[in-house]
Amino acid sequence: MLLIVEQFLNGLQLGVMLFLMSAGLTLVFGIMRVINLAHGSFYMVGAYVAATLVHQSGSFLFGLAGALLVTALLGMVVERVVLQRLYARDHLDQVLATFGLILLFNESTRMIWGRQPLFMDVPDWLSHTVELIPGAPYPSYRLAIIVVGMLVSVFLYLLFTRTRLGMQIRAGASNREMIAALGVNINRLYTLVFGLGALLAGLAGVMAGPILAVESGMGESILILTFVVIVIGGIGSIRGALIAALLVGMVDTLGRAFLPALFRLFLPVAQADGVGASFASMSAYILMAAVLVWRPRGLFPVAGS
Amino acid sequence: MPVASRKWVPLAVLAVFLAALPGIAEMLGDRYLVSLFSRLLIYALVAVSLDLILGYGGMVSFGHAAFFGVGAYTVAILSFHGFEGTPFLEWPLRIEGSTNALVTLPAAALCAAIFALIIGSLSLRTTGMHFIMITLAFAQMLYFLYISLERYGGDDGLSLYSRNDLPGLDLSDDGNFYYLCLGVLSISLFLGERLINSRFGQVIQGIRENERRMLALGFPVYRYRLACFVIAGGIAGLGGGLIANQTEFVSPGLMHWTQSGEILVMVLLGGMGTLFGPLLGALVFLLMEEILTGITEHWMVIMGPFLIGVVLYTRGGIYGLITGQEKAGG
Repeated sequence: MLLIVEQFLNGLQLGVMLFLMSAGLTLVFGIMRVINLAHGSFYMVGAYVAATLVHQSGSFLFGLAGALLVTALLGMVVERVVLQRLYARDHLDQVLATFGLILLFNESTRMIWGRQPLFMDVPDWLSHTVELIPGAPYPSYRLAIIVVGMLVSVFLYLLFTRTRLGMQIRAGASNREMIAALGVNINRLYTLVFGLGALLAGLAGVMAGPILAVESGMGESILILTFVVIVIGGIGSIRGALIAALLVGMVDTLGRAFLPALFRLFLPVAQADGVGASFASMSAYILMAAVLVWRPRGLFPVAGS
Repeated sequence: MPVASRKWVPLAVLAVFLAALPGIAEMLGDRYLVSLFSRLLIYALVAVSLDLILGYGGMVSFGHAAFFGVGAYTVAILSFHGFEGTPFLEWPLRIEGSTNALVTLPAAALCAAIFALIIGSLSLRTTGMHFIMITLAFAQMLYFLYISLERYGGDDGLSLYSRNDLPGLDLSDDGNFYYLCLGVLSISLFLGERLINSRFGQVIQGIRENERRMLALGFPVYRYRLACFVIAGGIAGLGGGLIANQTEFVSPGLMHWTQSGEILVMVLLGGMGTLFGPLLGALVFLLMEEILTGITEHWMVIMGPFLIGVVLYTRGGIYGLITGQEKAGG
């Protein structure tokens, strides 16, 4: 029972991270109709910058602020310099150019920070454990991730439904010619949205820093899962991204935790662990295939995309 | 120059160069060139197969390396059992291992085609961005599947004891193996030329240009696309079978998504929607990689911006530059 609670929270935490990644990316896909493979790079840069700043200054919050600033700026620069030229091109060109960006970013971090992974400490004020239910201690840092993720989703909800900017973004997603004709500077809007997406990815990277090793190429492992989330949720749908992120986070975590045990019921132990582990790493993709067979445009298809 | 000779003269020069390469390598005393160019030819074959669905079929598959990897593993696993003298499968039917290239290479193409049939039949229900991402996800799924095969090396990959046997040709000789690769590539290019000019090829290109019109004309679009996808998967599998023999080693890295990305790059760099473009693209990409790694270990810092530049500033790739033609239909 305790194990189930713990794994449930782990799943929630992975889901929240995936949501931070996919919220920005699904907007970029849905609004600008551009495939961006380099989204994982912002996650990686966020983690690297935070790890360095935290190490230099000793303050986690300073590192967080610095990382968010750098990733948002980097996102806007990348949008202006490369992506803005790709909006009118077909998806293939976008895939290739952003693939080139990944190579550039991965190798640049290797040149700046070296090949050895960096390690980032959990801040002191989050390094203890909390007993949510008696007898089940859970690291407060992981709880903090879940809380931050929830706050961000509330923030995004308010941003999209209650502000003028959010309204313009939604309008841009449904009909970009119309909103441009109505006098909204669509280029600036795109740059802002892209910066916001990069910032959210950077936030996910900072929070992943103390849990995972900060290394070159770390963005790609989460990027593919992010794609899965976006496709399941429906491209361009924030609500879909939230639900799909939690779903994928749960399926992946619970699969890894319990599938080997499940297969042990009817297979020899050694074999069961192998089969269970492989099914667990494939579970998210199997889920996606199943969803797409059932609803080819995802759970929450967005009109016009 | 007239367009026709602008196309055929450089290609004839390339063909003569490739045919004479083992001799040139012998003269330079650089045996490594032969194995390097064998690898280039194999990747060229895979790039050509991707171009069938990408350039001619208009389907942007981001998981082509999966079929490449399946083909490689088919050869490696059959050879593994062939060498051990154990059967690969006993039930429901007995499949013996084999080290005969006349068995393993067709098996590689067949297995990859079967996987392409399964993956294609699901993926082709979607189009556009969804198709790109679902093919990517299926390739990752296979990648993890092969990582979990502990018996065949898992994450570390599987070494072959030796190259497969081909009656009448000693494949352990690099020169012979090179000519096998060149032969397979030439035959594939010839058949590819026939295929795209056949009725089937015309329908596939028609679907790329206007799917709705082809549907209205009564063509079963989904089945045509699937057939094209399966053919391309099979050829990629054959390429995988060759690469397993060339390096005498397979690993899940062969089907990693960056591998799919690189094959895509080769096609676009060379010029998609043409048969010889992907060949040129594979040659240039891999030679650049080879030269840049010699200059700096951080070669990707140069390669990355180069790719972005190619995308932003060239249309029709290298083939387009040579022939002065834009890519077909694109």
